[in-house]
Amino acid sequence: MSAFKSARRLSLPTTILRHAVLLCTGALILAPFVWMVSLSIKPASEIFRVSFSFWPERFYGIENYTKALTEVPLPRYMGNGVLVCAIILVLQILVCTPCAYVLAKLRFPGRDLLFSMVLIGLLLPHQVLSLPLFILSYQLDILNTYAALIFPYVISPFGIFLFRQFFKTIPDDVVHAARLDGLSELAIVWRIMLPMALPALIAFSIFSVVGHWNDLFWPLIAVRDQSLMPPPLGIMVFKNEEAGNDYGPLMAASTLVVMPLIIAFLAAQKWFVEGMTGGAVK
Amino acid sequence: MASVSIDGIQKNYGPTSVLRGVSLSIADGEFLTLLGPSGCGKSTLLRILAGLEVQDAGSVLIDKRAVDGLRPKWRDVAMVFQSYALYPHMTVASNMALPLRMRRLSAVQRLPLVGRLLPETARITAEIDVEVMRTAKSLGIGHLLARKPGQLSGGQRQRVAVGRAMVRHPAVFLMDEPLSNLDAKLRVQMRAEIKELHQRLGGTFVYVTHDQAEAMTLSDRVAVMVDGELLQVAAPQDIYVDPDDRRVAEFIGSPKINMLDGVVRERGVVDVAGSALAIEVDAIAGAHITLGIRSEAFHFADHGGPGVLTGSVRMIEHMGSDLLVHFDLAGVDHLVIARLLAERAPHIAVGQTLHVGVRPDRVLLFTRDGRRLRREVEAGRASVTPIREIAR
Repeated sequence: MSAFKSARRLSLPTTILRHAVLLCTGALILAPFVWMVSLSIKPASEIFRVSFSFWPERFYGIENYTKALTEVPLPRYMGNGVLVCAIILVLQILVCTPCAYVLAKLRFPGRDLLFSMVLIGLLLPHQVLSLPLFILSYQLDILNTYAALIFPYVISPFGIFLFRQFFKTIPDDVVHAARLDGLSELAIVWRIMLPMALPALIAFSIFSVVGHWNDLFWPLIAVRDQSLMPPPLGIMVFKNEEAGNDYGPLMAASTLVVMPLIIAFLAAQKWFVEGMTGGAVK
Repeated sequence: MASVSIDGIQKNYGPTSVLRGVSLSIADGEFLTLLGPSGCGKSTLLRILAGLEVQDAGSVLIDKRAVDGLRPKWRDVAMVFQSYALYPHMTVASNMALPLRMRRLSAVQRLPLVGRLLPETARITAEIDVEVMRTAKSLGIGHLLARKPGQLSGGQRQRVAVGRAMVRHPAVFLMDEPLSNLDAKLRVQMRAEIKELHQRLGGTFVYVTHDQAEAMTLSDRVAVMVDGELLQVAAPQDIYVDPDDRRVAEFIGSPKINMLDGVVRERGVVDVAGSALAIEVDAIAGAHITLGIRSEAFHFADHGGPGVLTGSVRMIEHMGSDLLVHFDLAGVDHLVIARLLAERAPHIAVGQTLHVGVRPDRVLLFTRDGRRLRREVEAGRASVTPIREIAR
């Protein structure tokens, strides 16, 4: 083990270079967020000043955050976000795991064709489908309801793909043992495969929740009623009508909206990395 | 407990034929080992018995009942896998209880929260717990019930896998190389435990292995499989002493049996590697045959002469009381191995000329295409006809 480590140890300049590159990239990605947090605690007069400082001269955080929470129904938007994301996630898992199990562990004619169709589904950007989905929602008469926000995402090709890759790494003998123990195929999925794929499940949950929490495009098309709006759409409405150029409360609202995601990610970071790399390494 | 009967099983994967019409019947309570090199189809046969694979032709009967098309669950068989196949997210107790829970509790009773409220659930669950505990104790894993498989050693996992199979008292136990992931010492110990288990439970065991030592020590009968065919089914001793086929003789025994080509000179005399051996063969002169001589059928001879082979020593392995002497014979392209008593052959050195005698009654005769030639005296039937065929 130690021989392996020392063989992989890089020389000092290489290490410095590598860290410099990583730090720069990290800083570039983090800068807007830091700026957002900084603006959210500044009064309007300081926001448009030419010189930049992270800490405000006059701490205006309480006012900005109070305004963000009271001016528009931000708690309501976030409640909508939680509800929609939770239902989407549960339905996605209900649909994806059996599909993934079938594609990973059962042998039947046409399986590879079906899997390649899943891959094609993975390649299509969701925006391409927005018009057909809009018309479908209209025909089903679910526009401007929670159902309209949920139904286009119930089947996730990415979820099927991710779970299928993970299930492939589970030995067939485990499935065989479960069949001999008397489990039905569905029981194998829920009682054996899904618990064993916990890292993949957590990684997928984070992807799904982040994606749908942050989604602006489809909710913009699907709902008009303010009481149904998810957080990003709510913030946009906030900017247009209520706040005008009042960037302080706007940034405070944005900070509040991304906060749950960051907390969730930090809590599940370990499994997230394992779930994403697990299938690739084995 | 049940008998198992396999009739004309065939299995192909695409163009490759894995099982070519295998028929076998296993008595109630018998310990039968399927022995063969890897890739010979023995695991596939076991999976077909279990119902995990479907055969292309032939049928399987368990307890005189055809089980073809029956799901594994309904066949009353349990299997122990090479990889143990334990459920890593469950404790040892849950692993062992699962087969019982699936059989005794209804779907509603198994539901996470609602199930517990139903009247019978608590009683059945308590019964299951008692049985799991009893089985675990009998295997010496009673103290491990709360652990997960990841926290156990290889030998402990093996016991849990056996326990999971045992706990529901199946009619037939299927074991797919259950010991090959263990280290050598543990393997010998578990081998004895499996033997003891079979005697205690009295069930029908079908055991797959490529390890002849396991097959020889455990089984009532051994079925030797090569390339998807059953070559011989017999008691371990018979497989060794009296193989039906050249491939069986070559697979069984360590060191490997020596195969020497010979020509029949006249009745009772065979020319092998420049020497004439007195071996009773009912054959016409000039017939080409193969002699299979196990290493222990040789003995040290002080000087050359009739019935003695002479070669030069290439390598010596000291085995304690025995010496394994590898030597060259004129006209034989591989080394021949003789097991000689160390005290009878004290001064052998590499490069030296070696004389070894052969016990004619221990020589196995094969046709050149690998079939066994039994001598008239021992087999009680004329073997003149096949030899004539070979001579042609």
